[in-house]
Amino acid sequence: MSLEMFTQHLFNALALGALYGLIAIGYTMVYGILRLINFAHGDIFMVGAYLVFFTTVAFMPAWAAALLVALALLVFYAVFFGTRRPPLWFWPPLFFFCLTAFYYGFFAPRDFTPPWTVAVAFSIMVTSAIGIAVDRVAYRPLRDAPRISALISAIGVSFLLENLGVVIFTGLPRPVLQPEALVTPLVFSMSALTGNPESLVRVAPIALIVPLVSAFLVAGLLYIIHRTKPGLAMRSISTDIETTRLMGVSVNKVIALTFGLGSALAACAGIMWALRYPQVHPYMGMLPGFKAFIAAVFGGIGSIRGAMVGGLLLGFIEIMLVAFFPSLSGYRDAFAFVLLIVILLWRPSGLMGRAMEEKI
Amino acid sequence: MSLKTLAFSLVITLAAATCALAAEPVKIGVYLPLTGQNAFGGQLELEGVQLAHKEMPKVLGRDVELVIVDNKSDKVEAANAVMRLTSKDKVVGIIGTYGSSLALAGGEVAESAKTPVIGTSCTNPLVTDGKKYYFRACFIDPYQGAGAATYAVRNLKAKKAAILKEVSNDYAVGLAAFFSRSFKKLDGVVLANLNYNADDKDFTAQLTEIISQKPDVLFIPAYFAEGAIIMKQARELGATFRIMGGDAMDNPETVTIGGKAVEGFLHTTFPYDMTMPDMNETAKKFTANWKGFRPGKDPNVNAALGYTCYMMFMKAIETAGGTDKEKITAALAGLKDFPAVTGMLSINDSHDAEMPIGVIEIKNGKRVYLGEVKPEM
Repeated sequence: MSLEMFTQHLFNALALGALYGLIAIGYTMVYGILRLINFAHGDIFMVGAYLVFFTTVAFMPAWAAALLVALALLVFYAVFFGTRRPPLWFWPPLFFFCLTAFYYGFFAPRDFTPPWTVAVAFSIMVTSAIGIAVDRVAYRPLRDAPRISALISAIGVSFLLENLGVVIFTGLPRPVLQPEALVTPLVFSMSALTGNPESLVRVAPIALIVPLVSAFLVAGLLYIIHRTKPGLAMRSISTDIETTRLMGVSVNKVIALTFGLGSALAACAGIMWALRYPQVHPYMGMLPGFKAFIAAVFGGIGSIRGAMVGGLLLGFIEIMLVAFFPSLSGYRDAFAFVLLIVILLWRPSGLMGRAMEEKI
Repeated sequence: MSLKTLAFSLVITLAAATCALAAEPVKIGVYLPLTGQNAFGGQLELEGVQLAHKEMPKVLGRDVELVIVDNKSDKVEAANAVMRLTSKDKVVGIIGTYGSSLALAGGEVAESAKTPVIGTSCTNPLVTDGKKYYFRACFIDPYQGAGAATYAVRNLKAKKAAILKEVSNDYAVGLAAFFSRSFKKLDGVVLANLNYNADDKDFTAQLTEIISQKPDVLFIPAYFAEGAIIMKQARELGATFRIMGGDAMDNPETVTIGGKAVEGFLHTTFPYDMTMPDMNETAKKFTANWKGFRPGKDPNVNAALGYTCYMMFMKAIETAGGTDKEKITAALAGLKDFPAVTGMLSINDSHDAEMPIGVIEIKNGKRVYLGEVKPEM
C-alpha cells in the first residue's frame, strides 16, 4: 500500500474513531457511576442529530422550539434546584429564549433558518435535558432494584425513543444541510515524501474538525471530573455510592449531572455525525451506539480516556481491515463484534480499565 | 311439485341463463394497495388500469367489468383480496400488485385458484418463481444489473468497473451479480467487488480502495439514502469516475441528499417518463389520453405499468378467443413483442417481462431521460 493511501485511510479512521470515542464516553460515564449500561445512549445521540436537523433544514415551528426550551429549563430546574426558588441566573436565559422564540415566531421571514450556533446550542441543551429526564423517569426509581431491572428499563427507553422517532419524524431518512466550507476537501500533496507528483491526500475539513472538537470536549470533561467539586462527587460515587451519600453529597443530583453531561456529549457526537454523514433517520443511533459500546469496553468501561482510546482504535481497526483486506469488507461489523468477544475473554477490564475501584 | 310448475320454473331458468350468457361481462379483478404505506404507487397503478379500461371497455364484443379490491398494503389483506376475487367474484384474471411481498402473498392464493395474474411493479424474482399463473409487466431486479453493465460498456465505453454493494440486501446482491456477469461477458474487467453492511454510513475505506484501482465506472445498486452518501464521500475523496445505480435511486431525495456530488450519476429504470424524447406510439397515446383522464396529475411509470397489465389481458383474451382461464394463461405465456407503454414487451420462460431498460442521468439537479438499453445477458 502506498504512503498516500495509508495516510488517506488514517484521516478517514481518525474522524470515524473520534465519533465512536465521543459516544463511548457517555456509556462509560454512566457505567462508572451506576454500573448501568445505558442502552438508550445511542438513541439520545439520534435525538441530538434530529434537533439540529429540524432547526436548520426542516423549519421547526417557533412555538415548538420555545416549548422544548422551556421544558428543558424546567427539567434542569426541577432536578438541580428541587423545591427551592430558582437562583438569579435562571431567569436571564429563560427571558432570552422567550424573546428569541417570540422573534422567530412573529418577525422572522418564513424561510428563515437560525444560524448553526443557535441550532447547536439548542440541540445540546434539549438533548441533555432529555438525558436527565430519562434518568429521572426510568432509572432513578430503580436505583435500589437489582441491576438487571435498570438494564431492562434502559432497553425499554431505547425502543421508546426509536419508535417515538418513527412516529414524530417518520421512518424516511432525511438529508442534513452541510455547510459547503466543511465538506470542500483540502488537498495535501505528499510528493515530497513519495517522489510521485500524483500522491495526493484529500481531507474534508469536517474530518479534521471532528477529532479536534472531540479532544477539546474530552479535555473539558476531564477538567470537570478532576478539578471541580461536582467532579469530585462523581468520582466519589463511582467508588462507593453509600458512603458518598453519608458524606452529605446529593447523590441524585450528581447522577443527573452525569446524565446531562453524557447526553450533551452524545448531542455533540450526533451533530458532528450528521455533518460528516449527512443524513438522519430514527434508527441512526443503533449501530453507532453498539460500536461505541464496544469501544467503551475495549478501552476499559468506566475510564474516560479508555473510551476515547477505544473509540479511536475501533475506528482504525475497522478502516484498516477494509484497507488491507478489501475482500473482507462485508465482515467489517462482524469483526468489531468478534473484537468485543476476544477482549472480554483476554482482558475483561479493557485496555485502560483498572480493578473495580476508582473508575471514572 | 306439479308438472306444470316444474316446466314453468325450467323455462324461467333457461331464459335467465340464456339472458346472462349474452350480457355477462368479462370480469377482471384488480388488487392494489390503495391505502397504507404503498398507497401512492397503488393509486397510480389503479388509475393506469382505469384509463386502459376507458380506452378499451369491450373485448370480443363483451363488456369488461373491473372488480377493484384494496389490499391495504398488508400481506394478509392481499391474500384475502385474491381469495375474494377468485371465489366470490369469479374473475377471469387479476391485475396486481405494487410491492413484491404483497404479490407473494396473493400469488399463493391465485395459484391454487388457477387464475392468471399479471403483476404491476413487483420486481422480486420470487414472485413468479415456479408459478404457473403469475406473470408480470415489469422486469426483475437482476435484469437491470445486466442493463447497467450493457450501458456502461456500449455507451460509456467503460472497460474497468468496480462494485460497492450492501452485502445483506437481495436487491443489491442480485443487481451486482448480474452487472458483474454481463460486464465480464462484454469483455470488461471488474476490478473490485466490495461490500458494506446495512446501516453503515462510513464508506471511506472501501472508496479509498476503489479510487486507488482507478476504475472507469462504479456500480452502486443501493437505495437512495445510502447511494447519495456513497457518492458524496466518493467525490470528497477525489473520485472522478462515473457512478451508476439501479431504479432504487430513482427518487428526488437522491439529489436533495447528494447535492453536487450526484451530478452525472446514471441509473437504470423502467423505460417510461413523461419527459422522454422519443416515445413509442403506445406511450404517446397513453400520455395524451392521461391528460384528459386525470388533468393536473402527471402520469408516471406505475400508471404506465397498470395500463400495460390491462392491455396484456385484453390481448390474451383475444388470442384465447374466450374467457377460459387456462387458455388465457397459455396466451399470456406466449406473449411476444407486445407494444406496451414501456416498449416492446415479451414474456420469458420465468413469466417476467423482457423489455428495454431506461437510463436516466442527473444533470443540473434534474432527471434527464437519456434513452433505452437492451441488456445483453
